[in-house]
Amino acid sequence: MKRRKFIRNTLLGATATFIGTEIVFSSSIPKNYTPIIQQDPDLYKLFNKDKEMTVLNDKPWNIEAKAHLLDDKITPNKYMFIRNNGIIPQNIDASKWTLIIDGESVFKPKTYTLQDLKTKFKQHTYQLTLECGGNGRSEFNPPAKGNQWTVGAVSCAEWTGVRLKDVLKDVGIKDTAVYIGYHAADTHLSGDPDKEPISRGVPMHKAYQEETLLAFKMNGEAIPLAHGYPLRLVAGGWPASASGKWVNRISIRNKVHDGTKMKAPAYRVPCHPVAHGEKVKDDAMCIIESMPVKSLITYPKSGAMISEGNTLNIRGHAWAGELEVQKMAYSIDFGATWHLCEIAPPVNRLAWQHFSSTVNFPKKGYYEIWVRATDTEGSSQPMLLPGWNPKGYLNNACHRIAVKVK
Amino acid sequence: MNDKKFRNNAKRIYLTLTLFFGLLIVGLGGLIYKMINPSFLSFNDENITETYVETKNPDVIKNGIHVATGFKDDEGLSIVIVNCTPCHSAKLVTQNRATKDGWISIIRWMQETQNLWDLGNNEDIIVNYLAKNYAPSKKGRREVLTKIEWYDLEN
Repeated sequence: MKRRKFIRNTLLGATATFIGTEIVFSSSIPKNYTPIIQQDPDLYKLFNKDKEMTVLNDKPWNIEAKAHLLDDKITPNKYMFIRNNGIIPQNIDASKWTLIIDGESVFKPKTYTLQDLKTKFKQHTYQLTLECGGNGRSEFNPPAKGNQWTVGAVSCAEWTGVRLKDVLKDVGIKDTAVYIGYHAADTHLSGDPDKEPISRGVPMHKAYQEETLLAFKMNGEAIPLAHGYPLRLVAGGWPASASGKWVNRISIRNKVHDGTKMKAPAYRVPCHPVAHGEKVKDDAMCIIESMPVKSLITYPKSGAMISEGNTLNIRGHAWAGELEVQKMAYSIDFGATWHLCEIAPPVNRLAWQHFSSTVNFPKKGYYEIWVRATDTEGSSQPMLLPGWNPKGYLNNACHRIAVKVK
Repeated sequence: MNDKKFRNNAKRIYLTLTLFFGLLIVGLGGLIYKMINPSFLSFNDENITETYVETKNPDVIKNGIHVATGFKDDEGLSIVIVNCTPCHSAKLVTQNRATKDGWISIIRWMQETQNLWDLGNNEDIIVNYLAKNYAPSKKGRREVLTKIEWYDLEN
């Protein structure tokens, strides 16, 4: 009983302390800024995410999967990572949504309603791999600033929409076109209406690819709000930040797009390799384009214990940005020997591929299963961390799980 | 003499019975009180504190952690909360690791691009708090697997 009173008194004391400090130290803080003290407990319901998903950040929302949650061939919404840079737009009326195509390299800006896009152009459906450029950042040493993604910022959903190239053809694009830059309805964290949270894009050759879509459906249904409802640019195989959500304007630029997070150091890596922790000048940082070859064991979940004499079936996915995965191998002896896995061809270009194998263990003990994919140009995943870079992008080191044979 | 002996016996029985019923009443009374107030005579103190701490209270510190934000409790905590959480979640801070120089460069980046205000005299307090509580560890080129949750997998 005494303890309760003590706690109650401490709480009151602490409250007073905090209120006191807020008044004393808030002089330089602009109005309308309030510290986040309460967190929304119902976020899993809010976004229809599985409870096993990991919340890295709740303002802005950044949520990732775990390897074993990504076992489905087509990633369902509940296991799809969220990487947001700003505040999700509110009260969207899809019937009034428009997409403006403008910029230096259009003959004349043109506006489409969602209905125009759906009816004027042929619709296409592709499975497209979207991986955050910073997936795996948490492993870099020295550490890199940003959301500390582990392995789960990747997905391969089925996207339905119209080809960007069909729309651009309808608008009429000048020969001067170099890059596209998207603009969207999300708002900046600071509340500043003149700031865009993110406005990235891709060069024209990527914009003109058949699989580059203006999508309005994900896995056969309207795109979930957190993933870009009602319209998302989807450019598979590139950092997922190139696939703008809530897109309402696309500018056709006569230079490399210079929107928010296009400039160094965002989504850029050193043009030449650097030592760990080296300072890199902005003009020595190059834009990330195709993502590197990578794979993930999605079954079994790490930590499986099996009986001696039993085999273990493993499976997962492998992807290689613009390329395909040509070879898939696993090792149970830390890379001393490698064994080939079966690897299926992609359903379509830029979709991830599915691998499987049956693993035999020679005797009892602790094992790690490491997997390594090789792309069509002969590049494999490194077993150690790949080249260090200031922002911690492109970690495609081999994925591994722990297994015990009893 | 027989009469006296009988009287003594009767007195002894009377005392025994009084004592018995007295104890019974006290015992029953205790049980009823226990029904009304379940924590009566419970010596399991851990449970009491567990259930009583209100996680919704914005200022609760538990096991050295500020419950509402996840920040470590240390000198400068309140200044960090006030200046670092208006725009972004505390989780963005607590999941990152950096040296003093690293935290300063993050602050400069936020001031140059994200509308972070001049922190004035609070900057030193904030940077010291961050560099002390969220310092980098040497991870090498690949860490060993930790936190493995072992489970039996039947084939």
